[in-house]
Amino acid sequence: MPGFEIVAASLAGGVLTGGVYALAALGLTLIYGVLHIVNFAHGALLMVAMYGAWFLATWLGVDPLVALPVVTPVMFVLGWGLYRWVIGPVSRGEDRAILLATLGVSVVLENLALVLFRGDTRSIETALSYQMLELGPLLLPLSKVISAGVAMVLAASLWAFIAMTSTGQAIRAVAREPTGARLVGIRPQRMFALAYGIGIASLGAAGCLLLPSFYVSPTVGENFVLVAFTIVVLGGMGSFPGALLGGVIVGVAESLGGLFLGESLGPISISLTFIAILLLRPQGLFGRPGEAGR
Amino acid sequence: MSKSAVPGQLTRRSAVAAGLATLAAPAVLRAAPSTIRLGLIHPVSGALAFSGNQCRLGATMAIDDINGAGGVAAMGGAKIEPLLGDAQGRPEIAASLVDQMAEQGASAFVGCFASALGLAATQAAAKYNIPFSIDSGIVDSLTTRGLANVYRLFPNASSVTADSLLALDMINKKAGSPAKSCAIVHEDSAFGTQTAQQLAGLLPKIGIEVKALIPHATPTRDFTNIVLRIKQEKPDLVMISNYQNEYVALARTLVQQRVELVGTWSVAGGGFNLKFAKEQPGVAEGMLDFNHWYAPKNPKAVAFRKRVEEAGQTMTWEVLFGYFAVKLLGDAWQRAGSAGKEETIAALASSTFADHFMPYGPTKFTNGQNSGAHAVALQIQKGDMEVVWPEEFASAAAVFPRAKL
Repeated sequence: MPGFEIVAASLAGGVLTGGVYALAALGLTLIYGVLHIVNFAHGALLMVAMYGAWFLATWLGVDPLVALPVVTPVMFVLGWGLYRWVIGPVSRGEDRAILLATLGVSVVLENLALVLFRGDTRSIETALSYQMLELGPLLLPLSKVISAGVAMVLAASLWAFIAMTSTGQAIRAVAREPTGARLVGIRPQRMFALAYGIGIASLGAAGCLLLPSFYVSPTVGENFVLVAFTIVVLGGMGSFPGALLGGVIVGVAESLGGLFLGESLGPISISLTFIAILLLRPQGLFGRPGEAGR
Repeated sequence: MSKSAVPGQLTRRSAVAAGLATLAAPAVLRAAPSTIRLGLIHPVSGALAFSGNQCRLGATMAIDDINGAGGVAAMGGAKIEPLLGDAQGRPEIAASLVDQMAEQGASAFVGCFASALGLAATQAAAKYNIPFSIDSGIVDSLTTRGLANVYRLFPNASSVTADSLLALDMINKKAGSPAKSCAIVHEDSAFGTQTAQQLAGLLPKIGIEVKALIPHATPTRDFTNIVLRIKQEKPDLVMISNYQNEYVALARTLVQQRVELVGTWSVAGGGFNLKFAKEQPGVAEGMLDFNHWYAPKNPKAVAFRKRVEEAGQTMTWEVLFGYFAVKLLGDAWQRAGSAGKEETIAALASSTFADHFMPYGPTKFTNGQNSGAHAVALQIQKGDMEVVWPEEFASAAAVFPRAKL
C-alpha cells in the first residue's frame, strides 16, 4: 500500500500533468465552440509546434520557453492560413467536409514529418529539465509547474478575449448564428479562420511547454489528442474553464489510477471517470444542457 | 478508322508480336549480366520505422560494398540487386512480401528487425526453401522451429539474458558487490515481461534480491508513480526492459526525483543509444546496458562508424546487423559459387564467416543459430558508448557504482 507521501506526490503530479493536457485541449474546445467541428488535425499541428520548438532549441540554442512568443504567433499564422486556403475552400461550409479536411491535413502533416524526420523520437535537455520545486517532501518538476501556470493564464485570457472584446463578441455571434452575424456585417469565414488560428496558436504554446518534459516524433500528437478530446467532452464542449478543470480531473484520475491499479491497468481510470461524469452530466461539467451530442 | 485503334481489342498482328516477345524473353534474360535478387524486408513505416530504416541502411551499405568490389567473384562478378519491402510492423504484410519477392525471383532474404515480423516472414520463406538471414529479431524460436532455411549470425534472447547476468555479476563483484538488491521495471507485452521474469528468476543466484517487479504500458507518459515506488523500496539497482521513449522518460524521472542508486542496468534497452547519450547527457552518463555493439578496438569498426556518421546517419546496432546479415550471404554465395537455394543453405550451414568486426567468437551455426555470437555490456561515458565487458573487447573500465548525479 503506497504511503501518504507517495499519494500526495501522485496527486500533485496528476494536477500538473492535467495542466499540460489542458493546454492541448484549450485550442480544441475553442475550435469546437466556434466551428462546431472536431479538429482532427489537432494532434498533427501539436507535433508541428513541438518540432518548431525542437528545431529552435537544437539548431539555434533557443530555450523552448524563450521560443514560446515566436512559435505561438507562427502557429497562429499557420492555423489561420490553413483555414483560409485549405480547410475553408475545401469544405465550402459543410461541417462534414470540414471534418474530413482536417483529417486530410493531419495525414499530410504526419507523413511529411515522417519523410523529413523519419520515425525517430527526439528530445532535448534544457536548463529547466532537472530543476525541481521542493514543497515539503514533494519534488515537482519546474517545467511542469510552469506549463500548468501558463495553461491557467491561457485559459483565462482566451475566456476574457471571447467574453470581453468586440472581436470575441463577433466570434460568438458567428458561432451562434452565422446568417444573423452576416446580416450585421460580420464575415463568418474570417471569424472561423481567426478562431481556428487562435486554437492552433494555443498549440504553439503547448508544444513549447511540452518539449522540455516530453519527446517529439511524427506521431507524438496521438499521445495527447485522444486525452484532449476526452477533456473537451468532459469539461463541456466549447468551455475554457471546462477544459482546464477537465484536464486536471483526467490528470489526477490517471495518476491515482496508476498508483492504485498499477501502471498497466491505470489508464482505465480515465475512461471510468469520463463515463461516471457523463452519466451524471451528459452535457459535461460546464456545458449548457442540450448541447450534448450537438 | 483502323481496327487497332479500338482500345482493348487484340489484333492478329499484336497477338503475334506479343507471342514473339514472350518467346524472346528468356533469351534476353540469359543475355543480361548476372544479378542476384535479395529481398530486404523491414518495417520502414509505422511505430518501428526508425529501427527498420536503420537495418535497411546497413543492408544497402553492404550491397553497395559487395557490388562496388566487383560483385560475387565466384559467380563471375554477379551483382546483388535489392528488392525493398516495407513490412509496416505487421507480420501478415511481412509474409506476403516474401510471396511477392519469391515470385520476382528473390534468391535470399534479409530481415525483419522485429521478432514477430521475422517469425512470419521466415515461415513464408520456408515454403519456397529460400535462405533467410536474420538481421535482428531476438526471440529464440526464430531458429528453433526446425526451419532449415533460417540463419542468425547474431545472439538470441536466452544467450543475451544469461550473458547479461554473467557480466553484471563480474562487474558487481569487481567493485566489492555494492549491488545487493534491485527493482525491475518492464513494459507489459511479451518482450518486457519475459525478460523481466527471466531476470527475476536468475538474479537471486548472483546474490541480488528482487524487491519489486513493476510493469507499465507502452506508451506511458509519466513515470513519477513508478519512480516514487522505487524510491520507497530503496533498491541498489534499477533493471529496465522497455522501449525507447519509456526508457528515456524513466531515466529522466529517476534523476528528477533524486533516486540514489548504485546503477541502472538494462537488457537490450530500447532507448540506450548514441542519440540518447547526446540528447540527454545529464541522465545518460553512467547508465549501463547489455546490448549488441561492435568490437571498438577494431579499426574497421571505427572506420565504419565514421562512414555512417559522415553520411548524416546515427550509428546504431541495427545498422551493423543489416550490414553483416547481407555480408554473411555474400560470403555464402562466394563459397558456393552459386545463388541456388540448396547450395546457399549448405554454404551457410558450414559458414565460418569472419570478415566482420562484431565482438564474436568464430562463427559456428547450430540449427541456424551462430553459437559464437555474444552481446556486450555498454556504459555511457562522457557522451559516448563504451564497451565495459567482456574485458577482451572492452574500450573502458566500468564506472560502478555510477558517479553521483
